[in-house]
Amino acid sequence: MAFFHFRNVKVAGMAAGVPKKIVNNLTYEHQISKDYDNAAFVKVTGVEKRHYDPELTTSDLCFAAAKQLLTDLNWDAKEIDAIIIVSQTLDFILPATACIMQDKLGCGKECYAEDIQLGCSGWTYGMSNVASLLQNGDIKKALLMAGDARGHMIDESKSDPLFGFAGTVTALEYEEGNDGIKCHYGTDGSGYEAIITPGGGSRMPFNEQSFIDEEIDGKLYNALTTRMNGMDVFSFGITTAPKSIKKLGEHYGFNYLDADYFIFHQANMKMNQMIEKKLKLPKEKVPECMSQYGNTSSASIPLTIVTQLQNEAKDKDLKFICCGFGVGLSWGTIAFGTHNLVVSNLVEIDSDEHML
Amino acid sequence: MELTDFVEKFAEQFDDTDPSEITAETEFKTLDEWSSLIALSIIAMADEEYEVTLKGDDIRNSATVKDVYEIVKSKA
Repeated sequence: MAFFHFRNVKVAGMAAGVPKKIVNNLTYEHQISKDYDNAAFVKVTGVEKRHYDPELTTSDLCFAAAKQLLTDLNWDAKEIDAIIIVSQTLDFILPATACIMQDKLGCGKECYAEDIQLGCSGWTYGMSNVASLLQNGDIKKALLMAGDARGHMIDESKSDPLFGFAGTVTALEYEEGNDGIKCHYGTDGSGYEAIITPGGGSRMPFNEQSFIDEEIDGKLYNALTTRMNGMDVFSFGITTAPKSIKKLGEHYGFNYLDADYFIFHQANMKMNQMIEKKLKLPKEKVPECMSQYGNTSSASIPLTIVTQLQNEAKDKDLKFICCGFGVGLSWGTIAFGTHNLVVSNLVEIDSDEHML
Repeated sequence: MELTDFVEKFAEQFDDTDPSEITAETEFKTLDEWSSLIALSIIAMADEEYEVTLKGDDIRNSATVKDVYEIVKSKA
């Protein structure tokens, strides 16, 4: 039973970086599918626009956001004792991007740094990793970075323009007496093929056949591009997310409806509307950013808070329930409160603003 | 659950196809409007109306509306 309560941990700040470049799906040059027009795609998925720039990497976006957040929090990079990066589009096969980030941000060498390879559910997992490091006060300040910039894994002319680029940073610190973060996690690896980039890893190494297209459900993919079984992911999402939120409330004895905001991973607006309905959530408690930013993978939850709740989170104490679900298949729900959360202005990044 | 009721709910997921065109025997994937996006609406309808989780293969392995009905019925 993967329930956890990490006490003495404060969620101190959030920031997000996105490319300056925007793609509008309605005026997009490519017809999205031979089966439906772009307007029908936008209507069902909800993705009108996406920030998208193949010149940028996840680490470029996270790096710029992290510098902004440290300034706004008035934290010195030398105080950061742990950096965890959640992403499926890291800079290199090896070394870990978190190691490079330690140096580029100017953190001290006594710094814990690691990457976690998860997608849609990843931010909720990353939060538990960082919280578990902080909870006993052995270290005081840590950064969780989460996001994806999957330009090289999508052939824009052939597949659904669902994904946007975003890199987020969440700052956490040790605070004695803080109720911290309550979590529930689950995994169903039998669904590993539902969302997969099959080639380029160890199971199917990169070779001369990696670029051969195959047709799946009317769309072309090669071994290095990400394919998704939309129907399976959809039925997984509408059943698993509501259950996970209810379980968390039942396990810790609180009414989930008492939260101020419910932030979901946003992969498809129709799926999210179903989840909202099943949990009987009032619409105003479920902000979204997918219409303007696309499916941003592990960045979706913090990006929603940064773009939709910046001012409110600054002035008010808020209770959040956040739920991520998808590739793995993997899911997680976390509940936490914030007090004067520092939320940086959205950082928009030029094509030549690189960390490396 | 009634077959006629299911067929009616199935037909409601289409915007441009006249409901009278859809019967229990309709091979729905041959309809002009059929797409993977409509498939999501069918999965949502089964969940909402019958509390049944349809998988991608349930839709893929069905030819007629009645085939889907039988799967929903067996899982209900």
